[in-house]
Amino acid sequence: MSPLSRREFIAAGVAAGVGLVIGFYWPHGSGPGGGRFAPNAYLKIAPDGKITVAVARSEMGQGVRTSLPMILAEELEADWKQICIEQIGASTLYGDQTTGGSASVRSLWDPMRKAGAAAREMLITAAAREWSVARSDCRAENSAVVHAASNRRLAYGELAGKAARLPVPTDPPLKAARDYKIVGKPMPRLDAPSKVDGTAVYGIDFRLPGMKYAVLARCPVIGGKVASFDDKESKKISGLGYVGKIGDSAVAVVADSVWGAMEGRRVLNVQWDEGPNKDLRSAAIVEGLKKSAAGKAAVLYSAGEVAKVAGRRVTAEYQLPFMAHAPMEPENCTAHFQGSKCELWAPTQVPQDVRDSVAAAVGLDADNVKVNVTLIGGGFGRRLEHDYGVEAALVSKAANAPVKVLWTREDDMRFSTYRPASYHRLSATLDGQGWPVALSHRIVMPSINIQKGFPAEDGTDSEVKEEASFVYAIPNTLIEYVMTETPVPLGWMRSVNALQVAFAAESFIDELAAAGGKDPLALRLHLLAKDEDLNGWSSARMRGVLQLAADKAGWGKALAPGHYHGIACFASFHTYMAEVVEVSMENDQPRVHRVVGAMDCGQVINPNILEQQIQGGVIFALTNALRGQITIEKGRVVQGNFDDYQPIRMNEAPVVEAYLVPSTEAPTGAGEPPVPPLAPALSNAIYAATKKRIRALPVVS
Amino acid sequence: MADITLRVNGSERKVNVSPETPLLWVLRDTLELTGTKFGCGAGLCGACTVHVDDAAVRSCSTPVSLVTGKSITTIEGLSANGLHALQKAWIAEEVPQCGYCQTGQIMEAAALLAKNPQPSDDQITQAMSGNICRCGTYDRIRRAIHRAAGAGGAR
Repeated sequence: MSPLSRREFIAAGVAAGVGLVIGFYWPHGSGPGGGRFAPNAYLKIAPDGKITVAVARSEMGQGVRTSLPMILAEELEADWKQICIEQIGASTLYGDQTTGGSASVRSLWDPMRKAGAAAREMLITAAAREWSVARSDCRAENSAVVHAASNRRLAYGELAGKAARLPVPTDPPLKAARDYKIVGKPMPRLDAPSKVDGTAVYGIDFRLPGMKYAVLARCPVIGGKVASFDDKESKKISGLGYVGKIGDSAVAVVADSVWGAMEGRRVLNVQWDEGPNKDLRSAAIVEGLKKSAAGKAAVLYSAGEVAKVAGRRVTAEYQLPFMAHAPMEPENCTAHFQGSKCELWAPTQVPQDVRDSVAAAVGLDADNVKVNVTLIGGGFGRRLEHDYGVEAALVSKAANAPVKVLWTREDDMRFSTYRPASYHRLSATLDGQGWPVALSHRIVMPSINIQKGFPAEDGTDSEVKEEASFVYAIPNTLIEYVMTETPVPLGWMRSVNALQVAFAAESFIDELAAAGGKDPLALRLHLLAKDEDLNGWSSARMRGVLQLAADKAGWGKALAPGHYHGIACFASFHTYMAEVVEVSMENDQPRVHRVVGAMDCGQVINPNILEQQIQGGVIFALTNALRGQITIEKGRVVQGNFDDYQPIRMNEAPVVEAYLVPSTEAPTGAGEPPVPPLAPALSNAIYAATKKRIRALPVVS
Repeated sequence: MADITLRVNGSERKVNVSPETPLLWVLRDTLELTGTKFGCGAGLCGACTVHVDDAAVRSCSTPVSLVTGKSITTIEGLSANGLHALQKAWIAEEVPQCGYCQTGQIMEAAALLAKNPQPSDDQITQAMSGNICRCGTYDRIRRAIHRAAGAGGAR
């Protein structure tokens, strides 16, 4: 669909017999096109009453194909059973379509509400005119407009054509939260049936007529290149097609079948130019981080004067390894390059970046690259990279055929972009009563954004600053960041830098509680006791989640013999989260029995989906806290599959209970905030059980 | 390459593939039964689970030549209309998030219930711990299996 003026846009809907089509528009200057109004997203109401909501974010399990339509349907007064969705690919009409930063609901809450409300108002007006009655005597309910006095009713489908000819109200009234019928309810996910009968189409399932399959042999050493290759043995395999270099560091093997391509790659003989990183190893990377700790630091937050405070000093160092997303659906993309244009079907969180990157790689204008977004079998940030999309387009161009590029699990593990390894130095001063009066945290870590070429802000990475922004009311507090460099490819992984920051900061608070003879919950509540703004966060809301998690977990009450609690909290992606972990020790290893999570993410859209996000975030974080790490030896990623990068399975999965703080604040992030508190709550529980402090992840190495 | 006859979801299917091709790729690429998923290629995650003569099998690590003459069931053939007791329970408990591993989980659970219509928590854990879910849906998988067992289980 090409950009249309508002009038043309609505007229187009009528002309096509669709009924009512509502575009909604960014306020002046906040959307695409700068100072002009432009259609952003829309809903369609067909004469048969079917309501189609455009979803311009990617569904990767977080539920946007359900939660976003719920917001619109609420204001529309729609019959939920009539709602269906249309997945939007890369477009110029919807602003930034990146699905990340736990931002989909937060950023679309207002636009979706206004779109639904505008349509509702137009439908009411259309009905009032039809009946020649006062507009104020009509109301919308359940996909119909009702005139109670005369007991008349017109369904939205019947009104759609007439409503479409009315002007779109720019500032329609929005419903009060107390009147919500859909928002806040556990509406079943619209995509669940297709995900249990095998009909859901993920990127890997999409196929084109005559499509070929490709796998790529990539240089196992980070930053290495192809020196030469010999495909004599590969070519003996039945159905094998194009074999050739893609970029500097990979050779594509194309075949009629996935298995043929895999076999072709297995016997392909590539000589690698291993390049400058061939001796890189994790131990040296950790040493490098420690050495850098004395270097120049950017101040992320400062209150009082940490250096001038006298008292009892407590210090500690923490470190974390690289980690990999390892989504269940390996990276893949289908591309069809056809000379003057290229179309892709991608499980991606960044359709517009894929479009623009592909255009540059294959030498087309972005207008001639079409990116369709498929269902995603787990994202966790891995699909914020455009690498596999660009590969697919390049291979399709080289092989002159529609091609699906497929990564194996080993490819995923070894050629990913990783959560940055980090090192942390913390120091605190306690007063005579054991309360902390000064705290400093120096974060030493490479920057994802700087490595990717995004500009620094004030000499630092503003994303690190944001994700390290939660502070307690300690009068002298200093948070600093030493930005290092690494050749290891870095990426955004669920909760991004907040995981590293929270592990160090919230484990250290537990150390301070122990050093000062305080209960870990009581210490946190003491440091949040006054209602105030703490570097942009509300002390009251953080107290709320801490108290809720503690109450539900039975903090301070007797547990089963040998069981211990640990607690941690953190605020990230505009949301407050606290978790209590219950462990016992078996053969010196922790066994996690139960995790209680409490979240304050403002207005609840769908409590069922939020519970899923908390359960999922906890299990995801537990994998990396316990043992999921990526290590580098001889310039290569060591781990390759689920035998040496072992996700939590059912036999290790704790019961996860999720509690939500009721709120009418605007909704905030949910996908990532449950991740950061888990590792420190776990390590704090292990300390409670053993009096041994975990200062490095993973716990089991 | 060899001509191989398979019995898949009750129908005879003739394919021409190399005999060592994993069953997974024959199902997905040749027979276009894409409900069976590729996760690890090494029998470690269970996303590719199908039934061979009623036993749960990792199709990614099973050469197609080993299953000729045997009865293969995929998620598409688990029930006539997608309404096996487990599929209904999976929807009722809202198990899927990304959903990618869930067809394999359901096939594993179906093999469990066929042998043991009323499994205990421990038996569920034992049967299901070969299947990885990165979205962390394990609590709900367990609840769904109990729900299906309570509803009469194996059908």
